[in-house]
Amino acid sequence: MLHAGLEQYVLVSALLFALGFFGVLLRKNTLVIYMCLELMLVASTLALVAFSRFNGTMDGNVFVFFILTIAAAEVAVGLAIIVALFRQRHTVQVEELNHLKN
Amino acid sequence: MTDLLFLVLSAVTLVSAVLVVVNRNAVNAAMFFLLSLVGTAGLFVLLDAYLLAFVLILVYAGAVVSLFLFIIMLLDTRPEAQKPFKKMTVAASLLGGLLLFTGVLSLVLRFTPAPVGADPALAPVGASLKAYAEQLFTTYLLPVQVVGFLLLVAMLGVIVLSKRFQEPESRSQNSGGTA
Repeated sequence: MLHAGLEQYVLVSALLFALGFFGVLLRKNTLVIYMCLELMLVASTLALVAFSRFNGTMDGNVFVFFILTIAAAEVAVGLAIIVALFRQRHTVQVEELNHLKN
Repeated sequence: MTDLLFLVLSAVTLVSAVLVVVNRNAVNAAMFFLLSLVGTAGLFVLLDAYLLAFVLILVYAGAVVSLFLFIIMLLDTRPEAQKPFKKMTVAASLLGGLLLFTGVLSLVLRFTPAPVGADPALAPVGASLKAYAEQLFTTYLLPVQVVGFLLLVAMLGVIVLSKRFQEPESRSQNSGGTA
């Protein structure tokens, strides 16, 4: 049951990664930026699984495990930082978080 | 049939990723992120990585997205409808995304041996649980330990970050708390 080739999966993965990057550059809300970062991580896991499947190796699949674990830890820490930031500044918009500038 | 499934699932994934990016409301963006994750999990199933699809749904859709929704509702951010994106920002972001896309794709497709993917008789090594266990407990034993320690550190970090520390003498004053 294998017709869509490696190139197609890599294409989808690269598109997903580029969309996440686009979102990181475009959006102003820190939470949405964070979501787009997660989208980029998911895109990389998709590429890893596809490479692993089409090369018959196990390493990519195991890497996905580690990526998922680290993503979970990262989300916890990042959202705690965002909450702490919101307590101090009462905003999550990146353009208003410019207190280091002056 | 599989081709059709691949097309549908990748379309769901990509369209909902676009909607994550362009949606003004953070809650709707989180919901489309969830949909995108479901599409990705479907693609994992097509790639015979059943366990990873399950773990993706469990960890991402179960834990990460609900944490996102919880924080969005906790912070009560208003939808950023007041200000449209600047034209310059949109153009620069699009350019950056496209550059990244072409760069990644050309790099990957140049160094990928193309005929490997055409072999349908290749055994789906990612389908069996035993293979994961064998790898995780032999080759990747040290990384597993390190990642476990990292989870502990992350947990401690979150506790420290979200606790309000106050000096004993300034407790009477109305200080905002230095988290």
